[in-house]
Amino acid sequence: MSEKLDILQGTLDLLILRTLQWGPEHGHGIGQAIRARSDDLLQVEHGSLYPALHRLRREGWIESEWGITENNQRAKFYRLTAAGKKQLTAEETRWKLFVKTMGRVLRSQE
Amino acid sequence: MGKRILWWWRRKQDKEEIEEELRAHLAIEERERSLRGASPEEARLGARRLFGNQSRIAEETRDVWRIVWLEELWQDVRYGVRALRHNPGFTAIALLTLAIGIGANTAIFSVVNRVLIQPLPYPGADRLTSVWQLAPGLPSFTRKLNCAPTMYFTYREQNRTFEKFGVWSTGGASVTGVGDPEQLHAVFMTYGVLDALGVQPAAGRWFSEADDTPGTEETVILTNWYWMKRFGGDASVVGRTLQVDSRPHRVIGVMPGDFEFPGNMPELLLPERFERSKLFLGNFSYTGLARLKAGVTIEQADADVARMLPIWRDSWPLPPGFNKAFFTNARMAPYVRKLKDDVVGDIGSVLWILMGTIGLVLLIACANVANLLLVRAGGRQQEFAIRAALGAGWGRIARELLIESLLLGVLGGALGLGLASASLRVLMASGPDTLPRQSEIGIDPLALVFALAVSVISGLLFGVIPVIKYAAPRIATRGEALRTGGRALTQSRERHRARNTLVVVQVALALVLLVGSGLMIRTFQALRNIAPGFTAPGTIQLLHISIPEAQVKEPDRVMRLQQEMADKLAAIPGVETVSFGAAAPLEGFYSSNVVYAQDKVYTSGEIAPIRSFRFVAPGYLRSVGTPLVAGRDLTWTDLYDKRDVAMVSENMAREMWGGPPAALGKYIREGAGEPWREVVGVAADVHSEGVYRPAPTTVYWPALMNNFRGNQVQASRGGVFLVRSSRAGTESFLKEARGAIWSVNANLPIFEVETVEDLDRQSMARTSFTLVMLAIAGGMALLLGIIGIYGVISYAVTQRTREIGIRMALGARPGAVQRMFVRYALILAAMGVALGAVAAVGLSRLMKSLLFEVSPLDPVTYVAVAVVLVMAAVLASYLPARRAAAVDPLDALRAE
Repeated sequence: MSEKLDILQGTLDLLILRTLQWGPEHGHGIGQAIRARSDDLLQVEHGSLYPALHRLRREGWIESEWGITENNQRAKFYRLTAAGKKQLTAEETRWKLFVKTMGRVLRSQE
Repeated sequence: MGKRILWWWRRKQDKEEIEEELRAHLAIEERERSLRGASPEEARLGARRLFGNQSRIAEETRDVWRIVWLEELWQDVRYGVRALRHNPGFTAIALLTLAIGIGANTAIFSVVNRVLIQPLPYPGADRLTSVWQLAPGLPSFTRKLNCAPTMYFTYREQNRTFEKFGVWSTGGASVTGVGDPEQLHAVFMTYGVLDALGVQPAAGRWFSEADDTPGTEETVILTNWYWMKRFGGDASVVGRTLQVDSRPHRVIGVMPGDFEFPGNMPELLLPERFERSKLFLGNFSYTGLARLKAGVTIEQADADVARMLPIWRDSWPLPPGFNKAFFTNARMAPYVRKLKDDVVGDIGSVLWILMGTIGLVLLIACANVANLLLVRAGGRQQEFAIRAALGAGWGRIARELLIESLLLGVLGGALGLGLASASLRVLMASGPDTLPRQSEIGIDPLALVFALAVSVISGLLFGVIPVIKYAAPRIATRGEALRTGGRALTQSRERHRARNTLVVVQVALALVLLVGSGLMIRTFQALRNIAPGFTAPGTIQLLHISIPEAQVKEPDRVMRLQQEMADKLAAIPGVETVSFGAAAPLEGFYSSNVVYAQDKVYTSGEIAPIRSFRFVAPGYLRSVGTPLVAGRDLTWTDLYDKRDVAMVSENMAREMWGGPPAALGKYIREGAGEPWREVVGVAADVHSEGVYRPAPTTVYWPALMNNFRGNQVQASRGGVFLVRSSRAGTESFLKEARGAIWSVNANLPIFEVETVEDLDRQSMARTSFTLVMLAIAGGMALLLGIIGIYGVISYAVTQRTREIGIRMALGARPGAVQRMFVRYALILAAMGVALGAVAAVGLSRLMKSLLFEVSPLDPVTYVAVAVVLVMAAVLASYLPARRAAAVDPLDALRAE
């Protein structure tokens, strides 16, 4: 449990997009959600989270808007765009293929 | 690109927004911690610790917007450089082609920029104008008319549109008493001229009204380079006295080093001192210079002069022998021109044609490079297809291709810039001396910007073609490319079409340029075929002298001195003939006036045609090589006895009396106050205003004569010895010739020592310069066209090897295969020739002013050029066609 996994390069985007599939969320919330859903195994560094969010926004996959949290605090909320949803599907497919291939390769070497 | 610029704009806002977002994040974390029971202090510190370096995160987040595209760009550039380095042959050819194209364009642009675009080097130069008149009522007078001294006073006093006004003329002046006697170029000017130009002297003062007034102390202003040359830049020279034309002149100023007098390079500036009380209406030999008042247009100035012309006509006395009707019938009209148009003159049309020509060469060069790129991109099609399949956007591939082309463009431009500055030096050395403002020409910031713009635009121009062809999002084609592995049997028609079009365009452009140079060659031939009226101009040595009145007063003595000098010159070994005249053929300064004939009836106020005048000593015609068509030459007795005789040119004899023999014994004169003079000889026509201009109708007056223009006796004080010798132009000969003249009078400056051939070359300079430049452009176009055709046929042969193999396996003969490819080239060339001919018909009209006795639609030129191009096409396709014919069917089929 105390072991932390490094987030594989390129997978952070997928994690963020996936998290946003449930609805708009702010940066803090996204970080918490990834952590919670990975049983604390995946820790998103803030130093990677925000550049990634902005990169996704630049690509047009997510959009942002200032809003109020349930605790009545100001925060910037991110939401998937139509292009983002498509990208999510594509990345998921690619990821599954990757995992399957990796698995096959690793198995064959055992 | 636009999007990126927008990002830059937004960066500042983004910065604040990102910081705010991060603060919000911290606030949420802090609150969560305190909800879980931490003290406010702990919560704050904990949140901070967890978060890390806030400003670094903000910075990195911002960089997302900035560095990524820069990095990608850099990556693309590096990739481009690598791609170019991998293909040194392609890169070298493309760079060389572009360097030549861009270099030539930059060089010519520098000239155009300096001569035509940049304002003249005077403050507020756009308000400077020259004031001319037109006189459509004067028979056979189509030139513009200068100002008369009387106009100077009228215009100066009556005008409403000039801020400053003055008149000037050029001439020579001798300076003695400082070193060797020297004859110098001088500009004589009234006091408004320097004020109008607005250039202050570096030391001393401008001319004032007092300097213009006869009877006051005479003054002179030195130009910088004469001051440096003669006085070593000694400032104490201002205020000293200088012997100019053997009279003392006070030096009142020195002009600054960057001062230029419009269209002249004088050493001395002298005040023009008109004696107002002795002036009459005529003598149109001064150039008017006006600085217009702010906001005044050329049209308003014209209207102002039109208003003043009748005032001028009514307020001055008539010249002797003229009546008022003469000036009314001349129908004088104003002609105010921008000073710049005067200075630039007709070289403007030459330069624009040159610029267009060189632009066409660049287009051809771009077409060639585009063709090379197409071939290359064709070979990389499989690579593109694979990358596209792996997820590279078509935009990315397009950008790579474009960046590679831009790199080529910019590198080629950099090389071209070097080439341009080198060729500018050559151009300045070989260009016509008449090229105005030569000293200012060089590569300046505007030329640099031009070179950069041309480089980038050509990069885009030839880069966008392969992009459209290969990187456009067409999945189907890609799939095909991937499947066939780039080994398609035959190429798609469409891809051939791009290359074929480029070659057709190249051939068409080459035809336009070759027609241009062909027309110039024909012009040159036509000029060379003219009998100019002088023979072997390289053996006529000219030596100019001027005998000032202060040295020798009596005209007869002047003539005797000149004859004595001529005799001494004749005694030099190797001299065939020697004569003397006021001017040699092809020399710029000549005088002209109306000439009346005794046997013609003139109605009151009718104006006789204007004739060109030559004042000559006996033997002048023989020295020049002009045949005597009828009658006899002048004799020394004619001159010294002041007999009323003259000779006329053949074309004048024909026009007035129907032929040379009929002219003999007729009487002519310039005006009513003069005696009738008998025509004793008729000389062949001489193209004395330049070979490309028609021979003027000419009267040869004796160099010494009576009652001419109000002078009791007139001699030609300034004039030229014409010495015919095979030794002309050699240093030893000139030394002896100078010695001969100085043995008669050691105080005489001798100047403008040259041969008639030098004058001839100068008069042909514009034509030969244009010819050489067009020939170079045409040659380059032809060469590039041949390379283009060769490249396309060669490539087609390579691509169709399999097809050729099949054809030959099925029984096609090698000769038929060879013919097939030559025919292919011929079809392309024929289309190009047809297209080019249409363009050339339109464009060659523009160079009409440069042609001489050749129509812009000259069939000989068009046919010859078309034949040359078709031959070139056959030649360019022959080698690859032979290669095709040599294909072994078995090898070709096995190669797969």
